[in-house]
Amino acid sequence: MLDKLKKIWQVLNRPSVHYSLGFLTLGGFVAGVIFWGGFNTALEATNKEAFCIGCHEMENNVYQELQSTIHFTNRSGVRATCPDCHVPHNWTDKIARKMQASKEVWGKVFGTINTREKFENKRRELAEHEWARLKANDSLECRNCHNFTYMDFTRQSPRAAQMHSTSLASGEKTCIDCHKGIAHHLPDMAGVEGF
Amino acid sequence: MKTFKLVSAFSVLAFSTLMMTSVTAASIPEDRIDTLRQAPINVEPNPPAMQAVLNKDIKEMRNYPMQPPVIPHKIDGYQLDLKVNKCMSCHARHRTGDSQAPMVSVTHYMDRDNNFLAELSPRRYFCTQCHVPQLDAKLLVENDFVDMDHLIKANTEQNKH
Ligand code: HEC
Ligand code: HEC
Ligand code: HEC
Ligand code: HEC
Ligand code: HEC
Repeated sequence: MLDKLKKIWQVLNRPSVHYSLGFLTLGGFVAGVIFWGGFNTALEATNKEAFCIGCHEMENNVYQELQSTIHFTNRSGVRATCPDCHVPHNWTDKIARKMQASKEVWGKVFGTINTREKFENKRRELAEHEWARLKANDSLECRNCHNFTYMDFTRQSPRAAQMHSTSLASGEKTCIDCHKGIAHHLPDMAGVEGF
Repeated sequence: MKTFKLVSAFSVLAFSTLMMTSVTAASIPEDRIDTLRQAPINVEPNPPAMQAVLNKDIKEMRNYPMQPPVIPHKIDGYQLDLKVNKCMSCHARHRTGDSQAPMVSVTHYMDRDNNFLAELSPRRYFCTQCHVPQLDAKLLVENDFVDMDHLIKANTEQNKH
């Protein structure tokens, strides 16, 4: 047993003595591809809605609420899934968001939001994180689907056109400033700007 | 005593005949029970197409000065509960600058003793109790409401003759 371990250590310690350099480079490359692939597959898997609502906290609260909104069913049949609004498209932002989301998984494991009441108590805090994020990135996730450049004001209701052609066009406000609570119920909004 | 008994017996009799006739008079003929469904009671009819709420943003005239104005825009998804009053995020005094919406009138800030409050009066909190959006739908029941301007006009006209 000890002999065997010693041998493995020798190989690991000075691999080039035991294997050709070519083999090592190739092997490293293949291993890298497999690791990278696996990593991205894991990333992909956690980027599906089924994963997001895999835990009952999300399934029972926010997912139920989403179902009665325009982002779940509408005449054009385009659906916004959880990651569409909550996970950035570019890679570094995506990783950063996943790290943050791990904290929410932590919240699940340790039961800080495992009942409707606890979830409701935490909702303001969770919502504020999302508002801050969307405010900071100028509502990037909304704009992935809704492109301001292609908005036809003549096709919008006067109320919408009025707001979009002024505060939005000038960059003074962004989508989330005016459209809070479009996908889920809102927490107590006392003190939130715009309410 | 005897006359009293007789009188009460008579009145009971009279009352019950009255009830009977009025019941027959008010009862709806069978072929008219299903007027709103437009199908016999044992048949599941195809529901009519759902109408979209009017969203033209053009204020409707009020039928009398005290009428709560109808809502000229859609209110889909506007949360209105103890946590949030989405309506007030546009119609509150301090929001009208941003939203360009008409402020809720001063009556919404008054309690029942006509004291002015700084905040929206609790009895006016749930807006949709009194204000509703509209459909461009055919009337289910004929409406014979007459505007009071017409009434006054008709009245003065009559008095002239
Ligand atoms: C996956 C694409 C997608 C994303 C991401 C998305 N939306 Fe939408 N949104 C839609 C579609 C599709 C509709 C419905 C269009 C229709 O049929 O009228 C819609 C409708 C809307 C409406 C109109 C509601 C109504 O009652 O007419 C608003 C407001 C809106 N979105 C805001 C947002 C905001 C704010 C965000 C970002 C938090 C966002 N959307 C993110 C696809 C998306
Ligand atoms: C200054 C406030 C404001 C900003 C900023 C804003 N909106 Fe709106 N938007 C409105 C209002 C008001 C309406 C009409 C009322 C409603 O739908 O609740 C509206 C309606 C809409 C509608 C429905 C259109 C219709 O005809 O009813 C869509 C879609 C929409 N907004 C998307 C967006 C997106 C995407 C952004 C960011 C790029 C955005 N809005 C930014 C105020 C705003
Ligand atoms: C159309 C975009 C959109 C979609 C789709 C969406 N969300 Fe959200 N979500 C938001 C916004 C915006 C907020 C910030 C709070 C608010 O304004 O309601 C939010 C907030 C949250 C919060 C914080 C708690 C809260 O209610 O504010 C959680 C948790 C959440 N979303 C989970 C989900 C899950 C799970 C799904 C998929 C079932 C989902 N979201 C789908 C836009 C979206
Ligand atoms: C996004 C801002 C906004 C929200 C939210 C909103 N309104 Fe309005 N409302 C307006 C504007 C702007 C007008 C002026 C007419 C128009 O443009 O539609 C108006 C008009 C009205 C009127 C007509 C007033 C009159 O004098 O005829 C009523 C009533 C009304 N709203 C009630 C409501 C109720 C009830 C709600 C909540 C369910 C609500 N509004 C939510 C912006 C809003
Ligand atoms: C108990 C019934 C009632 C409730 C609840 C109520 N209103 Fe009214 N509202 C009225 C009546 C009646 C009028 C017209 C007479 C008046 O101004 O008092 C009116 C007028 C208005 C007007 C027109 C004001 C103007 O000067 O043109 C607006 C806007 C309005 N209401 C919005 C709201 C909103 C938003 C809410 C919810 C926060 C609400 N109302 C709740 C009864 C109600």
